[in-house]
Amino acid sequence: MQPTPEQAGVLAGGGPRSWVRRVFPSVRHGNLADRAYAITLGAFGAAIPILFFFILLRVGTAAWPALQRFGGGFIVGSDWNPVAGNYGALPFIFGTLASSLLALLIAVPLAVGLAIFLTELSPRWIAAPVAFGTELLAAIPSVVYGLWGIFVLVPWLRANVQQPLASAFGDSFPLFAGPAYGTSIMAGGAILAIMIVPFISAVSREVLAAVPRDQREAALALGATRWEMTWQVVLPYAVPGIIGATILGLGRALGETMAITMVIGNRPDIPTSLFAPGYTMASVLANEFSEASDELHLAALMEIGLILFGITILVNSVARLLVWRVARRAGK
Amino acid sequence: MNTQTVTAPSWRDRRRRTTSTVMLAMTGVAALLTVLPLVLILWHLLRAGITAMNGDFFTEIPAPVGEPGGGVGNGILGTAILVGLGAVFGLPVAIGAGLFLAEAEGSRAANAVRFITDVMNGIPSIVIGIFVWAWVVVSMGHFSALAGGVALAIMLIPMVTRTTEEMVRLVPRELRDGGLALGFTRWRTTLGIVLPAARSGILTGVLVALARIAGETAPLLFTALGNPFWGWKLDEPIAALPVQIFQYAISPYEEWHRLAWAASLLLIALVLGVSLTARLFIRSPYKGR
Repeated sequence: MQPTPEQAGVLAGGGPRSWVRRVFPSVRHGNLADRAYAITLGAFGAAIPILFFFILLRVGTAAWPALQRFGGGFIVGSDWNPVAGNYGALPFIFGTLASSLLALLIAVPLAVGLAIFLTELSPRWIAAPVAFGTELLAAIPSVVYGLWGIFVLVPWLRANVQQPLASAFGDSFPLFAGPAYGTSIMAGGAILAIMIVPFISAVSREVLAAVPRDQREAALALGATRWEMTWQVVLPYAVPGIIGATILGLGRALGETMAITMVIGNRPDIPTSLFAPGYTMASVLANEFSEASDELHLAALMEIGLILFGITILVNSVARLLVWRVARRAGK
Repeated sequence: MNTQTVTAPSWRDRRRRTTSTVMLAMTGVAALLTVLPLVLILWHLLRAGITAMNGDFFTEIPAPVGEPGGGVGNGILGTAILVGLGAVFGLPVAIGAGLFLAEAEGSRAANAVRFITDVMNGIPSIVIGIFVWAWVVVSMGHFSALAGGVALAIMLIPMVTRTTEEMVRLVPRELRDGGLALGFTRWRTTLGIVLPAARSGILTGVLVALARIAGETAPLLFTALGNPFWGWKLDEPIAALPVQIFQYAISPYEEWHRLAWAASLLLIALVLGVSLTARLFIRSPYKGR
């Protein structure tokens, strides 16, 4: 059976860069099975972008009533009261950003330190198990982190970090003001930090390993100590990639749901103290979505989902582009 | 050079060397601090979880509040069903798309699909939950295992797609060329020669991805919902281990906390067991070439 000219044209895609023609030369000449194969694979490949835009469309449509009703006020409004019909998402946006930034503050130095330790310093018999351990950390389900957070991390933080700090500096620093609740922005940031360290350190390690040997040897030959070599030569070379890794970690932290819902306290206020409870966008979805009865509440929650989606798309795209650029430069 | 003087290291040299030692030691401390939580989590899970693990734990449904005993048998069954559904819905698409990415490597279409796949991998799981709610649950009119399976499949697809692509690309060109030179068609070369050669690598990726979706909670909250009783019908709400852990952990009952710890231990054993197996026993023969 010969394809009609239109079919052949669609398959070949016209341009010389068309993947169908380049990858499956037989598409143009004969073999029906190969043509079917090319179409099938193309359909599977297309399924992913289609699914992606369908998710965007579907969540967007569901959020439409809230978008229409509140407009930009949704993002800056700080009163969230489903009973009164007031929906302002600022406390959640604030909580998500605050906990994620706190997590980065803790996680980035640790992750970069770990990456340096693994690539520059440790012998293989230490590096392999440590690297495997961090991989396992990345595999632990979020809800298990949450369980551990509630029963171990939060009580420990309250007794050993929050209460001493609050009684010592609480009056002079508003960030450390009491009372020490335990479940707080700080606990959220801490659990997120533990969860994203493996991601940041894994990518940082790859980037550090991609720094050419000549650079290190040249630095050592000029009389640099090992630390000077690392700090002044290796790290500057790897900085764009480490920034990419950090942004990837940020993307994880922003969208993290279960663990942080269990330890952040879930109070829709904008806290001024690290020791006070907050709320995140993902948490309010987890807690209120199944109880939302009226249409506006549901639409408002959908809009929060849409904002969260948008932020993570943006953050992940930037991170991917950065990491790719560095990888391409290292490959040349 | 005739004259060479050996001087004692100046204070500046000494300072530089001390700085080096101290800072490098700090990276060691950072390494310790990152591994510490893993040790602590495993320790607490073992200590609190092992006592609740008995025969009933695996075969019974949760006891009513106030009564001792009970188990998470329904959650274990539910998670198995949900992961199975996720695999059935997700794996064909993921492996097909992975093959597409590997075959069409370098083309603009493949780059675009790869980029979107990576971005999709970063979509928060809770967003996938509300999407599947708006799509499947609303159109069916009720929560169901089916909806939960769809949500898990969407989590699975980007992970397996990228592993499949990478594993297929590791297969040496000569194998593919050999097949074509023998007169095989494209599709037979790929499905009969390249795919089997990449099989163990893909299998590893699939196992790791399945273990990961088995631990997902957020996408199931508004899709599979959870169910305190035995449930195996696909169009009804179904229990899931991670959802049970969440509900028990935030409940005020001591007995339920115990079940949550034990269920977490079980989940971790599953996830870590699969990761270890995948890492130790299944290796792509072409890795590292």
